[in-house]
Amino acid sequence: MSINRILAIAKKEFKHLFRDFRMLSILLLFPVFLLIVFGYAVNFDVRNIKLAVYDQNNTELSREFYNSLISSDYFQISHFIKSDSEVKVVLDEKIAQCILIVPKDFSQKFYSKENVKVQFLTDGVDGNTATIIQNYVNAATASFNSQKTNHILEQKGVKSYIPFDFQPIFWFNKDLLTTRFLIPGLIAMILVIVAVVSVSLSLVREKERGTIEQINVSPIKILELLLGKTFPYIVVALSNAIFILIVGYLLFDVEVKGNLFLLAFTTIIFLFTSTSIGIFISTISDSQQIAFTISTMVSLLPSVILSGFIFPIESMPTLIQILTNITPAKFFIKILRAIILRGVGIEAIWDQIIYLLLFAGILLMFASKIYLKKENI
Amino acid sequence: MFSIEVNNLNKTFGKFVAVNNISFKVKAGEIFGFLGANGAGKSTTIKMLCGLLEPTSGDAIVGDYSIKSQSDLVKKNIGYMSQRFSLYNDLTVKENIRFFGGVYGLEGKELNQRMEWILKTANLIGKENLLTTSLPGGIKQRLALGTAVIHKPKIVFLDEPTSGVDPISRRSFWDLINELSAEGITVLVTTHYLEEAEYCGNIILINAGNLIAEGNSKVLKTKYLQNPIYEIQCSNIVDVMELFDKSEIVDETSIFGNSIHIITNNNFVNENQIYAELKKLPNIQINKVEKIVPTLEDVFIHLLEKDKK
Repeated sequence: MSINRILAIAKKEFKHLFRDFRMLSILLLFPVFLLIVFGYAVNFDVRNIKLAVYDQNNTELSREFYNSLISSDYFQISHFIKSDSEVKVVLDEKIAQCILIVPKDFSQKFYSKENVKVQFLTDGVDGNTATIIQNYVNAATASFNSQKTNHILEQKGVKSYIPFDFQPIFWFNKDLLTTRFLIPGLIAMILVIVAVVSVSLSLVREKERGTIEQINVSPIKILELLLGKTFPYIVVALSNAIFILIVGYLLFDVEVKGNLFLLAFTTIIFLFTSTSIGIFISTISDSQQIAFTISTMVSLLPSVILSGFIFPIESMPTLIQILTNITPAKFFIKILRAIILRGVGIEAIWDQIIYLLLFAGILLMFASKIYLKKENI
Repeated sequence: MFSIEVNNLNKTFGKFVAVNNISFKVKAGEIFGFLGANGAGKSTTIKMLCGLLEPTSGDAIVGDYSIKSQSDLVKKNIGYMSQRFSLYNDLTVKENIRFFGGVYGLEGKELNQRMEWILKTANLIGKENLLTTSLPGGIKQRLALGTAVIHKPKIVFLDEPTSGVDPISRRSFWDLINELSAEGITVLVTTHYLEEAEYCGNIILINAGNLIAEGNSKVLKTKYLQNPIYEIQCSNIVDVMELFDKSEIVDETSIFGNSIHIITNNNFVNENQIYAELKKLPNIQINKVEKIVPTLEDVFIHLLEKDKK
């Protein structure tokens, strides 16, 4: 093993990279793009729900009731419905996502101490949002109810109290911000894409252009070639990771709670794993086109869908849960969330690290088997 | 004395025999021609000699090292250039040289000296900082050859180095090969151009994995083709060729431009027989019937035809 040879290859590879303006800009702008998309556009928080109100009662009490809903920023009133026929139109034409119908006898029944039935219609197409709306309205109604109950009890001279006061507190992400959950995963996403795609492309390019012939007859060993060729991309991937951490801290308030060295160490292990995927792909593909297609399929899709980056693995069917193990990003995202959000040490993540190493080992073994076989044909 | 010694080299891929028991020797400092049709086993042999492929059986000593047990040392001591341009198109001339210098462990003053030498010998001065992709094919090949010998190997393998290169560039490429040979480097070159084979000292011809002829061009022309060859210039050469194909005094015919070459057999006594044959065709205008020294092309076509039978 010769350091000089590795350096010569790495230097050459850097030159390729800097000369290939398109590739370089993709590698550098891609993280920026993903940060914008996942930082701002992808948001699972449901806010500013458009509410239409059909107030048939039109009294002070009815106004007090629906104003209690819009006092939070969850709802905003988009429309006041005047007639029965309008109800259907409002939902059909998406003027509002939900409709509150206050019956004619709203205040009358309330004052005569009868149970008042209030209808609440929700557009159920987006089930997730509909459920969230339902929960907001339930909570708002419950609080309006208890406020009214207290009021009545007070008038009767009964001292009111709350028998069970439920006090939920969220740890690690107290405001339940989606970005805080997404940004650590984003690091894994970008690293896996940069490492797998660029490593497989740069290796296959040598095959495709025939330059590998000159390398093969030289004293360069396969390990030297791999180290030299992957080094520049590891540098790019690491700078991408650092960039996301800095932007995450400045713009999205995501602070690394755990040890930075542990973070760097695990990141390098994950890069090793992703690189081995790239190497494996390069052994089974003969052109950059094939390599690119396979790498995006292998790195992008599972990392978005199966890694738990967006969709929680726990709520997937058992069979799919088993399938999620094919993506190393799943394990690295666990590590990242653990270190960045929870600030835990190696004792909580060592099993994930072992898995990543195992994954890389198996892939490299297969890659070298295939490589050697190909040499003989 | 010998810088390459090949002993009973064999390579099979499954049932297919690519190289069948080949043995030959290459003298130090000579230009050695390695000829054969596409798929004859040339590239497989060269790959084995470069330490890229392991032989199925047999061995070869390249430089002082066995290709079987010391392929790493073989690689360090040879240069190789393939027919496909295998330097980096997106690097400049200088960067390519520097990279391969680094690969062979050259640095500092030594690397600069070799770089100067390559630029000068390959006639690349003034083009150092051009991207390789912008160079014409002939110059690319000179750069590739210069780079292949950056580490001063004793032996260099050239696998069809001039295919697809124009005649003038080919000439200047051969000047470069001669220069290397003059410096004591052994050059083993494969080619399709038979006029190039004339520049080689010794030549071997392989067909379907078998070595079918060896020697210098004079030996090849006399030893392997003893019956007289005649060149006939006339009209209707296609008819004439068909005529001689059926003739009892002729073994083989082949067209060379506007004339045909006929290789006679043992029934042949003198030229009158040829004229007698020609008279069988009316309206033939005969310009020339002449006994010639066979060209290498005649020899190889003859040998390949014989090997087929």
